Amino acid sequence: MERTLSDRLLDPVAALGRAVIGLLRATGAIALFAGEAISHLVRPPFYGRLFLKAFVEIAWFSLPVVALTAVFTGMVLALQSYTGFSRFNAEGAVANVVVLSITRELGPVLAGLMVAGRIGAAFAAEIGTMRVTDQIDALSTLSTNPMKYLVAPRLLAGTLALPLLVLVADTLGVMGGWLIGTQQLGFASGAYLKATFDFLQVADVVSGLIKAAVFGFVITLMGCWAGYRSGGGAQGVGRATTSAVVASSILILALDYMLTAVLFSR
Amino acid sequence: MISTRQGTMSDVPKIRLRGLRKAFGAKQVLDGVDLDIRAGHSMVILGGSGSGKSVTLKCILGLITPDAGTIEIDGRDVSKLSRVEREQVNDRIGMLFQNGALFDSLPVWENVSFKLLAQRRISRRAARDKAAEVLAQVGLAASVGDLSPAELSGGMQKRVGLARAIAAEPDIIFFDEPTTGLDPIMGAVIDGLIVDVVKRLGATAVSITHDMASARRIGDDAAMIHRGQIIWRGEARSLGDTGNAMVDQFARGEREGPIQMELRK
Ligand SMILES: Nc1ncnc2c1ncn2[C@@H]1O[C@H](COP(=O)(O)OP(=O)(O)OP(=O)(O)O)[C@@H](O)[C@H]1O
Ligand SMILES: [Mg+2]
Repeated sequence: MERTLSDRLLDPVAALGRAVIGLLRATGAIALFAGEAISHLVRPPFYGRLFLKAFVEIAWFSLPVVALTAVFTGMVLALQSYTGFSRFNAEGAVANVVVLSITRELGPVLAGLMVAGRIGAAFAAEIGTMRVTDQIDALSTLSTNPMKYLVAPRLLAGTLALPLLVLVADTLGVMGGWLIGTQQLGFASGAYLKATFDFLQVADVVSGLIKAAVFGFVITLMGCWAGYRSGGGAQGVGRATTSAVVASSILILALDYMLTAVLFSR
Repeated sequence: MISTRQGTMSDVPKIRLRGLRKAFGAKQVLDGVDLDIRAGHSMVILGGSGSGKSVTLKCILGLITPDAGTIEIDGRDVSKLSRVEREQVNDRIGMLFQNGALFDSLPVWENVSFKLLAQRRISRRAARDKAAEVLAQVGLAASVGDLSPAELSGGMQKRVGLARAIAAEPDIIFFDEPTTGLDPIMGAVIDGLIVDVVKRLGATAVSITHDMASARRIGDDAAMIHRGQIIWRGEARSLGDTGNAMVDQFARGEREGPIQMELRK
């Protein structure tokens, strides 16, 4: 069939339309998936053992990565803000900038991205492998609902573990800043800490923890969903893993903006 | 061969398939499957590779939703059941998956007693002993129970899968290629075990197999699926000499005959 020029010019438009429709459809499917998983959290039986296992995997084994990220981020923040503020003779604000950036933004976002890489990928690979080797089908023939067994405990664990990780990240990030502040930039230790806590409000920390909980939910949701829906053998599992990490990373950044807009709208 | 209990069962088939259709994309895998499976009997399903045997079993289990057709278990249309009722039906069905589908995050013993634990019919401590008992039935030592499935050979995985399928003593058991990958002696042992389990539990069994000797040993009835339909059904012991050219060609494994392999040159 002969294709006119206008047909070809419209190709990108059609592709865009398809992409948007695909995105909407996926969003709906994920929302249903999440809803079903949540509904299993309030109906017995509960799999406490699996929840604990997922919780330890997320919280404990992500601790080293998150801790390192937080310390270095705090250190860099102190250095950079010192350079910037010294131009206005406002070096005193360094401690303040460090603690606010860490608790409100960088703690949750960086911990979220680190966990997305580790846990999003691990869950997608594990559940995806179970899908392509019929293990998920086997669960339903063994009097066990796979959503309840595989997805619900992981979602809960992710939602609870991330705030805990972020509390640690907050503390270590501030310590990183303090380290540079006192060792390199010439602040007195007591004055630096006083400046840190004088300006810090409960709301700053709490807003970061709320973000963390949302990110934890999203990371585990995308990991489980990608794995659950994967097909096509080892290659399909590979694709699921990648898409889980990419999707949750993008969602973390997008949701971070939206949550910031909502939480600090006053 | 199992030939007991004939006449003691009612006339309602345990499983009744009518007009079952399923396509994946453009590929029509099941194209109107009609099949009755008699209660308390052992049915063997034959058919070429990729002819839809595993898909048929997965449809009966509710793992794949057919595009059309009805599935009745004990006279009840399963598509009309609520989720809870459907789960109750599946509680009474055991399934050996073609590739074993063992949970590799759990040790073998937990795999074997998984259903009993899930139904809370047994404590974890008792589950270990029960697992050892069922493993012994499939010719595996109790020490295998502490291994992870990844540490087992293919044939051992198959036997653990079999143990898992029968551990909860189901009414209906599906065996998807139970003896593929086993040595001939172990294959015969497993056949004997299937016959024995079906007899002991009074269960209805559906087995998929490519092994004619095995089919004759474990089946009362047999059916052959070809191009998405059941093209023949009859007695399993007649396989190889049924008078149906297609079935006989298949059973004897002959290259020449009415069934042409779709090989691309
Ligand atoms: N989930 C699926 N998605 C897409 N196609 C599928 C799926 N499951 C099965 N099929 C296709 O359906 C057809 C029948 O598959 P099935 O597994 O039932 O074959 P089979 O009769 O069990 O063969 P074998 O003896 O080799 O196990 C195959 O062509 C397969 O490609
Ligand atoms: Mg098969």
